[in-house]
Amino acid sequence: MRISENIAIQPGKRPGRRWRWSGLLEDRTVMGMAFVAPAVGLLLLFLAYPLILGIWLGFTDTVVGGTGEFIGLANYISLLNDALFWKVTYYTFLYTGAAVFFKLLLGFALAIVLNREFRAKGFVRAIVLLPWIIPTVLSAICFWWLYDTTFSGITWVLMKIGLIGHKIDYLGDPTNARIALIVANVWRGIPFFTIGLLAGLQTINPSLYEAASIDGAGGWHRFRHVTLPLISPLLAVVTTFSTIWTFADFQLIWVITRGGPANATHLYGTLSFQRAIPGGQFGEGAAISAFILPVLMISVWVCYKYMRREE
Amino acid sequence: MSEKFVERMIKFYLPLFIFLFFLLFPFYWMFITAFKSDAELYNLKLNPFFIHEPTFKNILMLFKETLFNRWMFNTFFVAILATILSLSASLLAAYAIQRVRFRGSGPIGISIFFGYLVPPTILFIPLAAIIFQLKIWDSLWSLVLIYPTFLIPFCTWLLMGYFKSIPKEMEECAMIDGASRLRVFWQIVVPLALPGILSAGIFAFTLSWNEYLYALTFISTTTLKTAPVGLITELVRGDVYHWGPLMTGALLASVPVALVYSFFVEHYVAGMTGALKE
Amino acid sequence: MAKVVMEKLNKHFGEVKAVRDFDLEIPDKEFVVLVGPSGCGKTTTLRMVAGLEDITSGNIYIDDKVVNQLPPKDRDIAMVFQNYALYPHMTVYQNMAFGLTLRKFPKAEIKQRVKEAAEILNIGELLERKPKALSGGQRQRVAVGRAIVRKPKVFLFDEPLSNLDAKLRVQMRVELKKLHDRLQTTIIYVTHDQVEAMTMGDCIVVMKDGLKQQVGAPLELYFRPANKFVAGFIGSPAMNFMEGELLSEQGGLFLQTMGFKLKIPEDKAAKLKSYPEKRVIFGIRPEDLPEAPAAIPNETIEVVVEVLEPLGSEVYLDVKVGETSLIARAEPTTKAKPHFKLYLQPVLENMRFFSIRDEKALF
Ligand SMILES: Nc1ncnc2c1ncn2[C@@H]1O[C@H](COP(=O)(O)OP(=O)(O)OP(=O)(O)O)[C@@H](O)[C@H]1O
Ligand SMILES: [Mg+2]
Repeated sequence: MRISENIAIQPGKRPGRRWRWSGLLEDRTVMGMAFVAPAVGLLLLFLAYPLILGIWLGFTDTVVGGTGEFIGLANYISLLNDALFWKVTYYTFLYTGAAVFFKLLLGFALAIVLNREFRAKGFVRAIVLLPWIIPTVLSAICFWWLYDTTFSGITWVLMKIGLIGHKIDYLGDPTNARIALIVANVWRGIPFFTIGLLAGLQTINPSLYEAASIDGAGGWHRFRHVTLPLISPLLAVVTTFSTIWTFADFQLIWVITRGGPANATHLYGTLSFQRAIPGGQFGEGAAISAFILPVLMISVWVCYKYMRREE
Repeated sequence: MSEKFVERMIKFYLPLFIFLFFLLFPFYWMFITAFKSDAELYNLKLNPFFIHEPTFKNILMLFKETLFNRWMFNTFFVAILATILSLSASLLAAYAIQRVRFRGSGPIGISIFFGYLVPPTILFIPLAAIIFQLKIWDSLWSLVLIYPTFLIPFCTWLLMGYFKSIPKEMEECAMIDGASRLRVFWQIVVPLALPGILSAGIFAFTLSWNEYLYALTFISTTTLKTAPVGLITELVRGDVYHWGPLMTGALLASVPVALVYSFFVEHYVAGMTGALKE
Repeated sequence: MAKVVMEKLNKHFGEVKAVRDFDLEIPDKEFVVLVGPSGCGKTTTLRMVAGLEDITSGNIYIDDKVVNQLPPKDRDIAMVFQNYALYPHMTVYQNMAFGLTLRKFPKAEIKQRVKEAAEILNIGELLERKPKALSGGQRQRVAVGRAIVRKPKVFLFDEPLSNLDAKLRVQMRVELKKLHDRLQTTIIYVTHDQVEAMTMGDCIVVMKDGLKQQVGAPLELYFRPANKFVAGFIGSPAMNFMEGELLSEQGGLFLQTMGFKLKIPEDKAAKLKSYPEKRVIFGIRPEDLPEAPAAIPNETIEVVVEVLEPLGSEVYLDVKVGETSLIARAEPTTKAKPHFKLYLQPVLENMRFFSIRDEKALF
């Protein structure tokens, strides 16, 4: 190999314009800005701007297709004086609280069940995720049919084994409807908790359990003192995500009950849709959805805190 | 030995079976309904858990008497375009935030991530107003442009995790080898991040396919509806529910996501857990 | 084919001063090793030469040209990373050809050069494989091969051998040295292993806490360390250090410590005269502590053997004088036994003295 020859640094074939452009990109800041620009642009236009516009709309009497006047707190005052709004508020919190609680409980339980080696583990894991993958609207249709008063399979079984003597009106009775929707939401949300937490459980070094066993910790103690502390940050993040999604839910409710019967199952999301889109009252609808904001802010704060702690 | 088996039964198989039953039963219900005739469906004397006389009439009705294939096409169209758009934007953004580390990249990354937490129920009213002003009301393009609002945050976050796992030295070595930053990105980073890009793409596709609220709000023309919206609004007229075709539609509309998913489960799970762990 | 000069080089990471006022002139074709404990700034220095790290202040010249602002691709250097950084999606051939392709070399020439490099490194059969299908040692060769096909002005190596097992490391050490003889190119080589530094470098730069401690040929550092740090860092087992008092008595200068008293040879005593303080640190290497058959006043030390470390060709004795531990090298035939007394007779000519205040060598 002859060593003496030097490699001349050959510029691109066509210097000039192209060269200058790529030269610019060599600068960190220029390249960084250029690369984030499309994403940031889209998000500013269709996420940040609407977020602010929505808050503004809540203070106006805008109707669909028109411009509105600033009317101060009028939307909020009329909402707070509306018994229906309080009913919706009650159910929104009930729905979120109950659904998140059971999703967490059952999802975590299933994660623990799955956190061991067994044949077909990958297959089972894939199956478990199905309720999460299949479009919610489509599974909601299925629940709707399953909750049919006359033809429900659940009723058929319960009557066959003699547990009930008459048919259950799942969706016609307010209390039943509320429970039925929570069950459907839990069904859909379990996989998210399970798969998320399973991933966390699998990162726990088995030798920690072995060490705890040697120290004399039983099953419960191992869970309480090894599993729980190690998984709690992930648990918090998963729960936060689920909370904001459940609180702002729309699809399940809208498909199965449309907020009925007697508005018993409206959430902020569905009520705001009903007022704004079929009803045309953009201002009022925006004011209703503004009530989701505090929960959103708390979620962001919790996530931020835990992400900071992780680092 | 047998004692161990009993313990394993109680602690593992039994709960697993109950969970799987609970999670899968609705799909079974959906499936059998799709292949039942109305006569069978509404016959209370028959055991509803079996198909006594399978029929394809529901499928035929769905395709002949509704615009189901049109809706499926629309859903595909929107899902694919929104995925491509979001993926391209996220790929660039994630790389810049994770690797170029320019001034302000940290806060930008965090803000993008929090975008994922913003629920559509807060945004759909102001977005409706914006869509109206942009004159893309009642057009599939509105969905193509809006879906990235929830796809980009997710994909960006997921891809950032992937980029993190690519050794920095690889890029530095390429830079010493004579590659410009742009070339390092195209020839080194993107090929190495392909699994991540695939995960993100699958996610974006299923999330787009899943979307309901925006499609319901922004589209009113029947021929432009997406499958989830079309099924609900067109097959439920007043009090007349066509349960057979509805279930068939739900089943068929789930097939593309289920297929994509089944081919790439591992990527999906990896993506989901990766995004959570970040 | 190039001279590399660093001038008052500084690198700060926020509060951390990774490299401080670093001056170094590397003549053409020299094999220079930067060595020092973990975190002393070796990698940072190397990365500044490569252009991967911005310079806080100072200048770097390659061939008398300031390259501070030049991007890495225009510096005509090649670097071998500790983790090799092979592109996993390319074959070995593509990995090696990448830099040449980017520089738009004709296909035939690329092929020729890759073939030559592969021959030199004995990786001719591996060209079609992906890095995943290679062993650690093979990856290492490919990484070197990728660097040499470019025929750069300067090679930079950052701990390239630290991921190899001990035996392979020794073998590669020799091969890299041969490669340097063959290529006759300037090499800057970073390692934290002083044995690697001693065996490979024409010239060694010892660093600590971002500061250059001493520059010199391997044996120069060994026999004339500039300070206590270099003395302790170079050589294995490390030099023994003790504090002692200088006593001017009848018959010359004596060194008094807790356990013993030694007479300092005349020539050293003369040099120590100008030293104003009474207390000094003195150092002596294990091989300069041979066994003595019997006690000789002012010439031997009485020690108690604690542990024997037989290595075959030699035996290291961990011994104690009072509270201080020393290591001495003995012949394999030694009769020493743990917990028994022993006399050592220091080779006083090879003793080093360091100032107690700044730990610099006194002469
Ligand atoms: N990117 C960085 N940001 C902040 N501090 C850094 C960075 N890189 C290096 N440092 C700090 O600079 C100092 C020198 O680091 P450097 O990597 O040069 O050490 P080194 O001598 O190569 O050590 P080692 O033998 O462990 O590789 C260390 O204190 C390190 O923590
Ligand atoms: Mg280093």
